[in-house]
Amino acid sequence: MSANTIALTELPVSRPFTLRLHEWVTTVDHKRLGMLYILFALVFLIAGGIEATIMRLQLIRPHNNLVSPQVFNQMFTMHGTTMIFFVAMPLVFGFANYLVPLMIGARDMAFPRLNAFSFWMTALGGLFLYFSFLGGDGLYGAGGAPDVGWFAYAPLTARTFSVGHSTDFWTLSLLVSGIGSVGTAINLIATIVCMRCPGMTLGKMPLLAWLNLTMAGLVILAVSPLTAAQLMLLIDRYLGGHFFDTQAGGSAVIWMHFFWIFGHPEVYVLVIPAFAFSSEIIPVFSRKAIFGYPVMVLATVAIGFISMSVWAHHMFTVGMSSGANTFFVLSTMAIAVPTGIKIFNWLATMWGGKIRFATPMLFSVGFLFQFLIGGLTGVTLAVAPFDWHLGNSYYLVAHFHYVIVGAILFAAFAAFYYWLPKAFGKMYSEALGKLHFWLFLIGFHLTFDFMHIPGLLGMPRRIYTYEPGRGWDIWNLIVTIGVVFQAAGILVFAGNLIWSYFRGKAAGNDPWDAWTLEWSTSSPPPAYNYAMIPAVRSRRPLWDLKHPEDPDWRYE
Amino acid sequence: MPMSPTNIFAPASTPADSIFGLSMFVLVTCAAIFVAVSALLAYAVVRFRSKRGDDRTEPAQIYGSNQVELAWTVIPVLIVVALFLAAARVIASVQDAPRPSGALEVIVTGHQYWWEYRYPKLNIVTANELHVPLSDPAHPTPTFLTLLSADTDHSFWVPRLGGKTDLIPNHPNSMWMDPREPGLFLGQCAQYCGTQHAKMLLRVYVQPREEFDRWVHDQQQLPQSSAPGAALSTGQRVFESTACVNCHTVSGTPAKGRFGPDLTHLMSRDTIASGAAPNTHQMLRLWIQHPDAIKPGSKMPAMGLSDQDLDAVTAYLETLR
Repeated sequence: MSANTIALTELPVSRPFTLRLHEWVTTVDHKRLGMLYILFALVFLIAGGIEATIMRLQLIRPHNNLVSPQVFNQMFTMHGTTMIFFVAMPLVFGFANYLVPLMIGARDMAFPRLNAFSFWMTALGGLFLYFSFLGGDGLYGAGGAPDVGWFAYAPLTARTFSVGHSTDFWTLSLLVSGIGSVGTAINLIATIVCMRCPGMTLGKMPLLAWLNLTMAGLVILAVSPLTAAQLMLLIDRYLGGHFFDTQAGGSAVIWMHFFWIFGHPEVYVLVIPAFAFSSEIIPVFSRKAIFGYPVMVLATVAIGFISMSVWAHHMFTVGMSSGANTFFVLSTMAIAVPTGIKIFNWLATMWGGKIRFATPMLFSVGFLFQFLIGGLTGVTLAVAPFDWHLGNSYYLVAHFHYVIVGAILFAAFAAFYYWLPKAFGKMYSEALGKLHFWLFLIGFHLTFDFMHIPGLLGMPRRIYTYEPGRGWDIWNLIVTIGVVFQAAGILVFAGNLIWSYFRGKAAGNDPWDAWTLEWSTSSPPPAYNYAMIPAVRSRRPLWDLKHPEDPDWRYE
Repeated sequence: MPMSPTNIFAPASTPADSIFGLSMFVLVTCAAIFVAVSALLAYAVVRFRSKRGDDRTEPAQIYGSNQVELAWTVIPVLIVVALFLAAARVIASVQDAPRPSGALEVIVTGHQYWWEYRYPKLNIVTANELHVPLSDPAHPTPTFLTLLSADTDHSFWVPRLGGKTDLIPNHPNSMWMDPREPGLFLGQCAQYCGTQHAKMLLRVYVQPREEFDRWVHDQQQLPQSSAPGAALSTGQRVFESTACVNCHTVSGTPAKGRFGPDLTHLMSRDTIASGAAPNTHQMLRLWIQHPDAIKPGSKMPAMGLSDQDLDAVTAYLETLR
């Protein structure tokens, strides 16, 4: 291969810091951008975690006065916005960026410069959001973060009710990061459609590529209406528009439709990549091929399509007609079918295997268990009349944290431990990994299992304090205690990342005895990924290499 | 589970009953699915874990099975259809219920952070504490609420009487209840509406017919101080010459503001500040002097009255029975 590219990776390791920083800032390498996305997400995870902790401390007992209502309202707005747009999305994009080209045998994304642009737009969005702590009230006062809630229902965002600039920072941050998200989505689609290595037909792609293709399609369809809504809100606030300005005849309900036609597919934008991680990790650690590959692909694409038709289940209480409510019950429940199929296929993959419980598999089993529960509580919420109680209660809050933390974050942790040896070239500490798993599992269940109960007892979300005597006190105390374990788990995780980077044992190319292409190149992979573009004959090219007597392509 | 006055599983009205029945069906179904699937998962984890001293051979590779896939597609479809039909029935029975001629009509208007209740046929305006008649299942006298908002979105949720419905500006909604138990039912605003969303509490007093009629009769009277020819107290003079009248109404007086709660029968209410504090002398005085001490961020301004005027206004308000 070209001598130039090889020479580049063999630069002396002890280059000056400024030079290395310059390389990272100007990089167009999908692996570095992937790691930048992930690092960005981890930094914001800490910010969002601190906001959550402040809320939980305030709610530890009734009539607590730790923070003012104004601060509490900023905390839940910032927590939600941060976790969705600046933790979950960048994490998903980071893994997609890092893994997709490697797994389809490509040297980079289709548009490397667009890739860098997209990342820096997302980063700019995050900075906008947090700059609001300094500049939110602009000329009017000392500053203030947005306090309109992460779905920012109209008309609370109108200038009448939200003076100063906190809402503007929220709007701008979503507008700007949305451009980055659409850029990455276009890039992923182009990469997966055009840059697969010889022999890799669509039907032989790793499931991770299929799932990220679906995710990217959803991003384009879902983020665009959100961006449009942000523009309309800006027009309302500064150019005298009345889209959502109810005092001038605008419609609050139209904002809800715009937001949730983004907001619900967004859930699948986040959870489909989590499915992708599990669909790669569970087979390798069960030592079996994924059960029902074509059905898994179909189920994913079905989820993608159906997820575009369920948004108004977030609006069962806004007074839609009984016909509309009935339709959205049906469409929402329909999603349970392909989702259930996925769970059964993962179970069938484990069935009859020889399961190795290394940390990635522990987190994947946690994912499976918690996604089962989060999915079932989702079914209870899909029943509109039940949702008239559960909607906007702590039961709902517990449900979506079950999906986002219990399923998506657990799957992301599995992915961290699974691909870290590839990215760092070093192994993590298995002992610390298991400690992280158990601490986080205990903390997660303390917090989010018990969070369902105050919701069933009538506790609405977004209240900075509550009355004693409603039977909510003890549950809120337990929920807050869980935070301690989760925080400890995150600390162990961070420690493990740092330890493995500096002290980890060399991982080798293929520490898991895995089957997809990324394990055939060195760890960490060179900038160009593959000296020779590989050619594949089945979904598990490395299985074929390792088992020439019984290759997969005989059966596919 | 300790007793809770806002428990959704303790219904006391027909809509809440229908939801309760449906929710039990849904919860039992989901619990059964959970037990079955998690048992399979637990079995797989225990039975198929790789054992110490296992040879390094790979297990049999199974790529899929159309029969099995078909089975676990069809069974969930059937469950979904059953749940959907059950839900559709309750949606229709609650949302499309006919309104009997004996129904009481109340217009509920959500304000940043309090509730306004108007009984158009009875000519009553009150705030924060909703009074409705007990409904005898043999001769139902349900209450139909028309839900409006004066500013941002709110949501009316008294769990024991029914599910929540939002109050959205420019988007009138409605809901109904036919409580069959007398007593006080609690709830609170369930849609984030601004700084003091947390203390926008709901109190619904369900009264037997005679008691409700007596309440209606009392509310329809003018307070004594508003009677024509009544002497003007110091407190009333202060009240009517300060900003109080911009926001509050006292029937029969020049005070005609609509931004804050109607105070005509203030002393008939158990609480002030939308349920945030009991309606006692000290609390009332504190509320006028320093509202942020009770409800920081509420729209009630600190009136900055002298101690003398403060006492006088409090004394005047205490005559509004």
